[in-house]
Amino acid sequence: MSDSAAHIDILHLAHLARLAITDEEKRLYTAQIENILGHIDAIKKINVDGIEPTAHGVPLRNNFRPDEPVPGMPAEEVLANAPKKSGDLIIVPKIVE
Amino acid sequence: MNIATLTLTEARELLAGKKITAIELLEALIKHADALNGDIFAYNHTLWEQARELARRTDTSLPLGGLPIAIKDCIVVRGQPATASSKILRGFVSPYNATVVELLMNAGAYPAGRLNMDEFAMGSSTENSADGPTRNPWDLSRIPGGSSGGSAAAVASGMALAALGSDTGGSIRQPAALCGCVGMKPTYGRVSRYGLIAFASSLDQIGPITKTVRDNALLLTHMAAHDPRDNTSLKNAAGDLCRDLGKDIKGLKLGVPKEYFAEGMEPDVKKCISDAVAHLAAQGAEVVEVSLPHTSLAVDTYYVIAPAEASSNLARYEGVRYGTRCADAKDVLDLYERTRAEGFGAEVKRRILLGTYVLSSGYYDAYYLRAQKVRTLIRQDFSDAFQKCDALLAPTTPTAAFRLGEKRSDPLQMYLSDIYTIAVNLAGTCGLSLPCGFVQVGGKKLPVGLQIIGRPMDEATVYRIAHFYEQTTPWHKERPPVIAH
Repeated sequence: MSDSAAHIDILHLAHLARLAITDEEKRLYTAQIENILGHIDAIKKINVDGIEPTAHGVPLRNNFRPDEPVPGMPAEEVLANAPKKSGDLIIVPKIVE
Repeated sequence: MNIATLTLTEARELLAGKKITAIELLEALIKHADALNGDIFAYNHTLWEQARELARRTDTSLPLGGLPIAIKDCIVVRGQPATASSKILRGFVSPYNATVVELLMNAGAYPAGRLNMDEFAMGSSTENSADGPTRNPWDLSRIPGGSSGGSAAAVASGMALAALGSDTGGSIRQPAALCGCVGMKPTYGRVSRYGLIAFASSLDQIGPITKTVRDNALLLTHMAAHDPRDNTSLKNAAGDLCRDLGKDIKGLKLGVPKEYFAEGMEPDVKKCISDAVAHLAAQGAEVVEVSLPHTSLAVDTYYVIAPAEASSNLARYEGVRYGTRCADAKDVLDLYERTRAEGFGAEVKRRILLGTYVLSSGYYDAYYLRAQKVRTLIRQDFSDAFQKCDALLAPTTPTAAFRLGEKRSDPLQMYLSDIYTIAVNLAGTCGLSLPCGFVQVGGKKLPVGLQIIGRPMDEATVYRIAHFYEQTTPWHKERPPVIAH
């Protein structure tokens, strides 16, 4: 572990990630992620002034294709995977009161 | 014909010469796979009936006519389940084909069976599969590597003639090394990612795992093509990658990165790699020492970038449009949170949380942006090294296959098993692993892999070196005990 060990708010992260976690997971993931972050600390110490970030292994920019309509997948085939549906609609719990 | 040792190239000759039919070949494969899959669990979905249907319709006059290819469970095939070995995708049936599947089918091959993997390709042992672990054909008490562990175990045991895997930080090369196969992680953009269940999109690439170098080059030649449906697909992606097979290595400059030999490698593994380097030097290659100075930062950089991209990519699994859904959700938030809690395994949750952290407000600059800058330095290391040599020689893994359970409780130790493969993904270039010897552990022989790293888009030279090495050494003729009769 490094001396500048990270402390994480696991409940906040779990909420951001839309992930319900148990008390046991809370303890386990906090310890494990803080340990991993301690290891990752090395990249915080290297000088990266003036270095451009790399988003992709092979830089490509403005990779346009012709704006032409192409057929999509048939609705019934796509909807076949929906966990709950009615006709051509997916059923979800009520959102607006 | 011994189905367990038959190569893809040999099978192609038998089919083209009408010595065997596509369906006879498949039936022999099914019989062999059914006998071994209970012990090894390389396939998590066999789907033999669908394979038979496809085999009957193939045209053996095509370049890959009648050849069954086993598919990692994160590459979609129309009408077949695709779960990425996750509980959250149980029951999902793909309404479309991945581009790579379409290309292979256009060349006459067909998908035959789906292969077990670490859930969403996150892992190095295939122990993170929701369907149960795959075992190493060389020693059933050991892991096959991961995340394409099912692919490598199937090929090594002859349950598949060849397989597709995917590689985000070593997930093709590491299992290929630990199972004694040939595995290629192509240049980023060489193979379309359309239809690959995304883990970390800037690092993911599909590639072949095979018994021989020639099989590998043959398969990749038919997988590589520009695809407008993948925005990172390269315009010049297609090419004959078999063109330099059979050439010698005289005059080639091979770089040995000194940082890869500095520490951490098991002595027996190190001896295999050093012997392989010496062999290539004795056969006429010029071996030069090179430096990849930012090597020690590669794992750290990866474990910021890959979880960050994963946390974003895996946001789509929320129980609404496809996959599993938790019961009796009281509202939408509850539906999201419990569906994901019930559907994802521990490693996936850990990486989603880690990725969420490094992207969250206040930490983005310190971790994610910084990691992207270090990624530039790692890429630059490779460009500089390739000024001095035509390809790099390196170990694929620091150790041979470890035992099931050995590293499960310590994620960081598991992450370090990809220490020699991760930088290649960050740099976006190509790397191949092939067998280069064995170590003896507890009375069992375990394979060791040599990694050959090429310039971006120079897979042909990597195959040239690999094929030369393979043909002048005995390692590819060794078979695991499960099929040695």
